[in-house]
Amino acid sequence: MNRGLTKLMLSILTAVFAAVWALPFIYSVWTAFHDERYAANFKWDAPWIFDNFVEAWHAAPFAMYFANTLILITIVLVANLILCTLVAYAFVRYKFRWAGFLFALIMVQLLISPEILIVENYLILSRIGLTNTIIGIALPYLTSAFGIFLLRQTFLSVPKSLDEAAQIEGASTWRILWNIYVPLAWPVYLAYSLVSVSFHWNNFLWPLIVTNSPEVRPLTVGLSVFATVDSGVEWSLVNAATLMTTAPLIIAFIIFQRQFVANFMRAGIK
Amino acid sequence: MNKRMTTAPAIIMLVIPCAILVAFTHYPAIMALINSFWNNASSRRPSRFAGTENYQAMLADDRLAQVLVNSTIYALGTVPLAIGLAIGMALLVNSRLPGTAFMRLSFFLPTMLPMIAVANIWLFFYAPGIGLASQILGIFGLPSINFLGQTETALGSMMFVAIWKEAGLFMIFYLAALQSVPTNLKDAAKLEGAGRIRVFIDVVLPLLRPTTIFVAVNALINAFRLVDHVVVMTEGGPNNASALLLYYIYEVTFRQRDFAYGATLTVLMVVLLGILAVIQFWLLNRKAHYQ
Repeated sequence: MNRGLTKLMLSILTAVFAAVWALPFIYSVWTAFHDERYAANFKWDAPWIFDNFVEAWHAAPFAMYFANTLILITIVLVANLILCTLVAYAFVRYKFRWAGFLFALIMVQLLISPEILIVENYLILSRIGLTNTIIGIALPYLTSAFGIFLLRQTFLSVPKSLDEAAQIEGASTWRILWNIYVPLAWPVYLAYSLVSVSFHWNNFLWPLIVTNSPEVRPLTVGLSVFATVDSGVEWSLVNAATLMTTAPLIIAFIIFQRQFVANFMRAGIK
Repeated sequence: MNKRMTTAPAIIMLVIPCAILVAFTHYPAIMALINSFWNNASSRRPSRFAGTENYQAMLADDRLAQVLVNSTIYALGTVPLAIGLAIGMALLVNSRLPGTAFMRLSFFLPTMLPMIAVANIWLFFYAPGIGLASQILGIFGLPSINFLGQTETALGSMMFVAIWKEAGLFMIFYLAALQSVPTNLKDAAKLEGAGRIRVFIDVVLPLLRPTTIFVAVNALINAFRLVDHVVVMTEGGPNNASALLLYYIYEVTFRQRDFAYGATLTVLMVVLLGILAVIQFWLLNRKAHYQ
């Protein structure tokens, strides 16, 4: 009896805590779906409307921002998958001088990431004339130490007998990579892709520095420009725009919740 | 297996990818060090060697001193609180209480959102008068507070935002760790008559230690490199009260166009992160002694 009561109390406390934790987000959703005059004036029977989203969508070139973000994450993801695979494969399959030193050198990027080096990276970019381009935003991120680390760990666990058998059969280096290593690392590729896509979808400061015209701005920068250009902008519109730009990630998360959490775990455990 | 590498694959596999990485990690870090000894070029004269001028300016920079104090408070305040909350959340989600799916969604959602969206949501939440924070204060008959507009509350309010965003991510790592705690250990402790709390403190918590070290180091690095919310919410104000180091680098370099001083501050940042890495190494090695 006493135990049941404790459990009930704990359940209620937990539910309240979870609800309070979600409150800022819920409040933002509520405002986005209601007329501006209900923003500060909470009423249960206030009518739900979709106008804020339509208005926000037309108030700034969000379609273009979406396209830019999609191009950006595609460039980064494809480059990451290819380049990290190649480097990881080289470390696992070959013996060469300075391998340990080179690996340590690569891992430096985990600590001193491109976000820290905005000053010099901007100077490099302007020297090669790639400021205000999507490729310029992507460039510092094309090779990822995190991806190399993750794939190397995975490739190390591929049974050597498989590799040797393929060699005896006369398979080339590239064929072995493509037919043995890559298929076995499939779950890791998926996990890494999720992390990479959400990171670059969300990245802000570097794209803000690099871009200065709407044609190349990703969503995050576009959203910040929209929300600050005229500070008199209505809160319901800002909230609608905020939700609109993050909706794909939120929906993806709700659909793939289980896999997402599991993959984040796998990606995080080093 | 483990063959010697020939030239052609070596170029494709290592040289090209690593060249990109070095060009935007090691090269800029070294360039920052070099540029920190030169002053800014202007239209009339080129940049000239300045010796330690930039570093002397750095030592005399009162704003920087405040920024470093802010960054320290921010890091030491957000990281332990977020970790504590994350452990609590992981225990709740891992418990057999009803509604764990809702809890997981509620805790993890802020992590999925871009910091820029989080900043907008909280900007609205904090907005004096209209925001929910003000309205809640109003219910209790308290005057509304301009959370982001006062020097006393600005940094604290930003820290709250960071904790809200990060705790859910750390929860995931603890969830993974909790699920790998062997149940026979817990059962054994219970057989010996240990209560739930004792089992947690004496059995589970020590097993979470490696996770905590991993999370703490990543959280500290993140506390240095994620300043999007400062840009959107306060621009470091009022009166510098919420400026963090990376934001200050951004402001000095891209608003005041002082690239030489920006490079000097970058060197400071890299050195600070290097110290963090050394501490991490030391902690991990200490852990190895126990095993």
